[in-house]
Amino acid sequence: MIKKVMDIDEAISYIKDGDRIMVGGFGLAGYPEELVEALAKSGKKNLTIISNDLGSPGIGLGKLLTNNQIKALIGNYYNWNPDVADAYNSGRIEVKLVPQGTFAEAIRAAGVGIPAFYTPTSAGTDLSKGKEIKVFNGKTYVLEQAIHADVALIKAHIADELGNLVYYKTARNFNPIMAMAAKTTIAQVDKIVPLGTLNPEHIVTPHIFVNIVTKRRNL
Amino acid sequence: MEIISKEKARIRIAKRIAQEFNEAKEIKIINLGVGIPTMVANYINNNNIYIQSENGMLGVGPLAEESEIDRQLINAGRQPVTETPGCCYFDSATSFGMIRGGHIDATVIGAFEIDQEGNIANWIIPNGKQLGVGGAMDLVTGAKKVIVAMRHNQNGKPKILKKCKLPITGLGELDMLVTELAVFFFDGQLILEEIAPEIDIDTLKKLTEAEFKISPNLKKINV
Repeated sequence: MIKKVMDIDEAISYIKDGDRIMVGGFGLAGYPEELVEALAKSGKKNLTIISNDLGSPGIGLGKLLTNNQIKALIGNYYNWNPDVADAYNSGRIEVKLVPQGTFAEAIRAAGVGIPAFYTPTSAGTDLSKGKEIKVFNGKTYVLEQAIHADVALIKAHIADELGNLVYYKTARNFNPIMAMAAKTTIAQVDKIVPLGTLNPEHIVTPHIFVNIVTKRRNL
Repeated sequence: MEIISKEKARIRIAKRIAQEFNEAKEIKIINLGVGIPTMVANYINNNNIYIQSENGMLGVGPLAEESEIDRQLINAGRQPVTETPGCCYFDSATSFGMIRGGHIDATVIGAFEIDQEGNIANWIIPNGKQLGVGGAMDLVTGAKKVIVAMRHNQNGKPKILKKCKLPITGLGELDMLVTELAVFFFDGQLILEEIAPEIDIDTLKKLTEAEFKISPNLKKINV
């Protein structure tokens, strides 16, 4: 069996300067704390970070901005971290805002081989400007493209040694769909159990979507 | 002129919206935004109502007490919450599938402005300090009923306009608007259904920029 379980620093060594990186989480719930910490320490730069938000100033993903590691952001809600608007207004970073449901579906689409899809969300608003519009049954829809990544950093609660994953409460959020949408998926988990221990009916992310499993050091 | 204090206004709006759900005889799934919408939950006393939170939870309970706080269990406003019996979790694509797919019976949201064409502006005040849309556009587009909860005016400035000045969140998506002074339904035009006991229609017209029709069944707000 190929060994997927590795140390957090070794896992982070798979990230290159300029990579597009998806990071799970919503606010400070469900983001892979120790992977983000290790990425901040690694000094990797020119990153495109694809995430719901950017944590808080200097906390969680906010650290990557404080460290000037970010080239661009794709996400939907940066009001919890005012550093983002400052960096955007001063031209230090690019920001692409996508409505949250469109963002989620675009990530899911990338994972399941769908290049683009029509959604009613944002029709008639500033966020649909420049996008293709089509009417189905009298209702207006906006064409949105799938969002892909080089690496996904996700958080789950329990993994088996193959990388099957089980989540915990609202820490699930974007993690299962990001696992499907990246070329390399690295999962930070609280616990690793032997094969055959997880109930197959309870597995949320099948191991086919997970390349690397790292165990959280500080529980 | 302040007709009702800010705190009383917020409570009245929340209570009036809760009435919509307290009468439900069958299961209703609702999504509550931040601010006054979150307060609506305090006045719902009907076991048929289940609260969905777009960060991936159906069956949101009351805010967590200090001793119950679990940092991995939050609502979409990042507040620690509790579970209700039968609660379930799911990923964000499934969550917005519920929303966009028309499975949510009602969403209660705040707004900066509403106009007489049913447009809602609630996602951004362009001042260079905000950079976020969240789930607002998906919610107004997808929920079966869109209920806006907001103060009638802001520091004396009208919020119910002929035409929204701020960037809109959705086109003509409004179904019901509840302020401390009035309840409007929207059906191609604003229809005044209820008015606060403290004022008459002439006063309301002075405080409202938008044109509205008066329902033949006009009532006083009673909460």
